[in-house]
Amino acid sequence: MHLEFNVEGGDFSNAGSASSQIKRVLKQLNIDPSVIKRVVVALYEAEVNIVAHAYRGKIDAEISSSGIVLKLEDEGPGIPDVEKAMTKGFSTASKEVREMGFGAGMGLPNISDNSDVFTIDTIVGKGTSLNIEIKFR
Amino acid sequence: MIVKDVIEKLNLEIFSAPEGVDRVVKGGYTSDLLSDVMGHAREGQIWITLQTHKNVMAVATLKDLAAIILVKGFKPEADTIEASLAEGIPILGSNLEAFELSGELFNILK
Repeated sequence: MHLEFNVEGGDFSNAGSASSQIKRVLKQLNIDPSVIKRVVVALYEAEVNIVAHAYRGKIDAEISSSGIVLKLEDEGPGIPDVEKAMTKGFSTASKEVREMGFGAGMGLPNISDNSDVFTIDTIVGKGTSLNIEIKFR
Repeated sequence: MIVKDVIEKLNLEIFSAPEGVDRVVKGGYTSDLLSDVMGHAREGQIWITLQTHKNVMAVATLKDLAAIILVKGFKPEADTIEASLAEGIPILGSNLEAFELSGELFNILK
């Protein structure tokens, strides 16, 4: 099964809508609830990252019998230092975004903790692509 | 314990989704950082926070939390209430600070 979503940068009112639709689909497919929880955490964080940091992005979800593959591609500033961005507590989010309770530097670590495969490709000034894979087992 | 018991024991205001008061409460989590709640809160917990915007409902829904309690007299924004109604997860309120309210919730749940 293939699902696609568009995400607008700065549109916090819709942040999480892709995650909630995918959660619904996985529930209907009777996927193990503990796996759904991991998918939801990883995808929500990745979705919010596009809203908080990029201009726009696309989420592409491929669900098979063995697992889910999420590809998130954004047009945005890119990440100058991926290792630093992966450090818990490090964030480049704006003051406004932090006041909402985002930008605590936990997003990428949360994705990493909840996925089986997680890779980041980024070009500064162009954008960032994430590949997140979670197996159903 | 269900949400209704917590409302009565802690004298909470109900802002939205009264139909959700039968949800089972399995614990509590206090934080104003959404990623912290995303990463560490567990299904069935009551979330204590001062954040009032719509994204708290997205987090509460995705994590299957029992209810949200806003502290210090904070009130939910209109679109937060709408999301709460759509999901059936109640938003409650207290005049206490997060520290005091967490202590009280901890005491009635232990």
